[in-house]
Amino acid sequence: MATTSSAPGASISGGSFLLEARPPEEIFTPEDFSEQHVLIAQTAEEFAQKEIIPNIEKMERKDFSVTRDLLKKAGDLGLSGVEIPEIYGGMELDKVSAAVIADHIAKYAGFATTWGGHTGIGTLPLVYFGNDEQKKKYLPKLAAGEIVGAYALSEASSGSDALNCRSRAALSSDGKHYVLNGEKMWITNAGFADLFTVFAKVDGEKFTAFLVERNFPGFSIGAEEHKMGIRGSSTCPIILNDCKVPVENVLGEIGRGHIIAFNILNIGRFKLGAMCVGGARESLNNAIGYAKQRKAFKKVIADFGLVREKLANMAMLIYVGESLVFRTVGMMDAALAAIDKSAADSDKKTLKAIEEYAVECSIIKVWASEMLDYVVDETLQIYAGYGFVEEYPAERAYRDARINRIFEGTNEINRLIITGFLLKRAMGGQLALMPAIKQLMDEVLSGPSSGEEIEGVLAEEQKLVVSAKKLGLFAAGAATQKYMMQIEQQQEVMGAIADMVIEVYAMESVLLRTMKIASAQGETAAAVPIAMTRVYLSQAMDKIESAARKIIADVADGDTLRTQMAILRRLAKHDPVNTIELRQQIAEKVIERGRYGLS
Amino acid sequence: MKILVCVKQVPQKDAPLKLNESGTWIREDVSYEVNEPDAFALEEALRQKEKHGGEVVAITAGPARAQQVLREALAKGADRAIHLEDPGFVGLDAFNTARAFAAAIKDEKFDLIFTGLQSDDYGFAQTGVILADLMGWPHATIIMQIEKSDGGIKVKRELEAGYFQFVEMPLPAVLTIQSGINKLRYATLIGIKQAKNKPLRKVTLAEVQSAIGANLQKIERMYIPQKTKKTEYLEGSPGEIAKKLVDKLRNEIRVL
Repeated sequence: MATTSSAPGASISGGSFLLEARPPEEIFTPEDFSEQHVLIAQTAEEFAQKEIIPNIEKMERKDFSVTRDLLKKAGDLGLSGVEIPEIYGGMELDKVSAAVIADHIAKYAGFATTWGGHTGIGTLPLVYFGNDEQKKKYLPKLAAGEIVGAYALSEASSGSDALNCRSRAALSSDGKHYVLNGEKMWITNAGFADLFTVFAKVDGEKFTAFLVERNFPGFSIGAEEHKMGIRGSSTCPIILNDCKVPVENVLGEIGRGHIIAFNILNIGRFKLGAMCVGGARESLNNAIGYAKQRKAFKKVIADFGLVREKLANMAMLIYVGESLVFRTVGMMDAALAAIDKSAADSDKKTLKAIEEYAVECSIIKVWASEMLDYVVDETLQIYAGYGFVEEYPAERAYRDARINRIFEGTNEINRLIITGFLLKRAMGGQLALMPAIKQLMDEVLSGPSSGEEIEGVLAEEQKLVVSAKKLGLFAAGAATQKYMMQIEQQQEVMGAIADMVIEVYAMESVLLRTMKIASAQGETAAAVPIAMTRVYLSQAMDKIESAARKIIADVADGDTLRTQMAILRRLAKHDPVNTIELRQQIAEKVIERGRYGLS
Repeated sequence: MKILVCVKQVPQKDAPLKLNESGTWIREDVSYEVNEPDAFALEEALRQKEKHGGEVVAITAGPARAQQVLREALAKGADRAIHLEDPGFVGLDAFNTARAFAAAIKDEKFDLIFTGLQSDDYGFAQTGVILADLMGWPHATIIMQIEKSDGGIKVKRELEAGYFQFVEMPLPAVLTIQSGINKLRYATLIGIKQAKNKPLRKVTLAEVQSAIGANLQKIERMYIPQKTKKTEYLEGSPGEIAKKLVDKLRNEIRVL
């Protein structure tokens, strides 16, 4: 696989990481933050420490006056207007800034959910699909936190299949209003939001988005849900009972609501990933603090190998998570920077640029939400009995994390999106997946080759990423050969392919980041990142191999199975690394530091 | 009022410190932040400007990384910044740092110069005072409050044991500011965006070289103190513990 290089800032096509190797200098990493990004991170961090954390208990008790005050303060600081154009009162900053803020706000999931709902799905439909009048009317107030936004798509009987919604809209006889009827469920911020993007079918068929104000006649809010976690956020149903919405509040085009619905979720996913990373970092910091002071057998538990192993794993996963998120937002920013903001079609181009990375965004969502669940679980385990009681932060974080695998598209739906999108692109010719599979099969059939020689830092790991990609292509090739166009019906196979794709992207992202650090700071300074990379790659390779095995066993049998397995073993061949020793090294660093950090 | 604020970049408070190879200072591969008293000094300058108008200029001496503290000052509202940029500035003693600052601002006319009370790293608490002497201006230290008066300013100094001293002084003057004098503001995103376009003047070591001399103060050796004390837990019933304690105080430590 040849290294493909393009000029800095040039856009890279989505999903191409599977087929092409990229040089480390081309990817964006947290080490590349500008002075401006660092300052924004600092402001968001101070806001979280001084304003959010001291108010956690009040918000957990659903004192939403506190929440609204904080939204106002966040608005005053500019934290809520990052993705809103300057002419509508926003900051008009890059996606890296948006991710940086989300990462720091995520220290308390209750507020992070509220803020994310407000600035993301509550505001972005207007940013990307509103007309000038609508934007002028609502965006400055949303940016300032004076009004709060919400997004009403799901219903009791339609979640992932949102297009099957039952809510209806009909034009009034005077042609001035649409009259909406129906009920929406799981609406974040509903308890106190002022502006809702509501989806309903005009005349029972044309799926359409409407901007609905809280005080429109016929609009009401149901009771708060009693949730397992994120209790500091509001989640209620909304009821539309002959709700009168002025025709000028139709968002986008009649019958084109699905474009809004899917794009907005798409856009939200990278920030959800950033929040999961931020939440995990907070959890790890708590775990380190506790492990350093809790004693057992006259030693602090941070001295015990099994506790250190957990701390090392958590730190490593956060490092990988940062690598994934910022590599992706960096690519988005590079693509978005090429768009002329003053052009009439700039919103459309922006959406297209973001959609380009739909696979990467879904990967981040799935990977980071599952990573967070692991981290909060192990944090609770380190707190042990104290983790199981409410007085300590581990318990709440454990409950709060769970929703991330469900909302903004369940991880199952996202896995299908990942594989489905890649296959669609492959069929459409935008992604040269099929030629790559063919080339790999030719290579495999021609017998063992010595392969490209790779030297230098992390040489073995570089080879491992090449092998991981080959394994992915091999299994995907075998599956598509067997099922052809019917593969979409094979969800388990689609899911297993997604698992491989996810790990390939994670492996490569962390490898490239570490290579970049090592070349900038030297191998000694990069010792911990190198250790993290080696451990992660080794464990990810196991997952990839296991997923490939599952697929091959499903698509082949008899002699073919044996041949395929022989190929699989050859592609997956690698020497094990001493992960115990490497994890000790990682743990030593974070324990000494007292919190997550590379230096 | 035209106010100069001296801001220093110091290692982050919770950064694990390691000695450098010569054992004379810490290794530089740590994270940095604004010296805390300097953040309060900047905040006070911004508040004075908001009340009385004028200009706030931030100055620092240090390598390229130190520019971050100037951007932060600009993002919070300083109008412009001066960066004495060279890794060589890190090792200067307070006298030389003050001389370098004085040389860098020789063409400016400030009414006030603020520094933080002291730096969180070296902790000399001298730069401001020496700078006042070099400028030939009066100074006051550990400032808790500043009010403009007819002829100059009236300041409140923190003394020991809860006492304060109020001093009237003419302008121009140098004040070293105590932490906690005010409530720090956030750098807003709009401020951060604007900071990019505010003027930042760079001064090289060569430009001020003639004003500075050999350090008069030198760190011979830094070391991490050896643990010499040991905690011993006395066990048993309260009565037994008391008995053991008395025995130790009488026979081992001999204070009874």
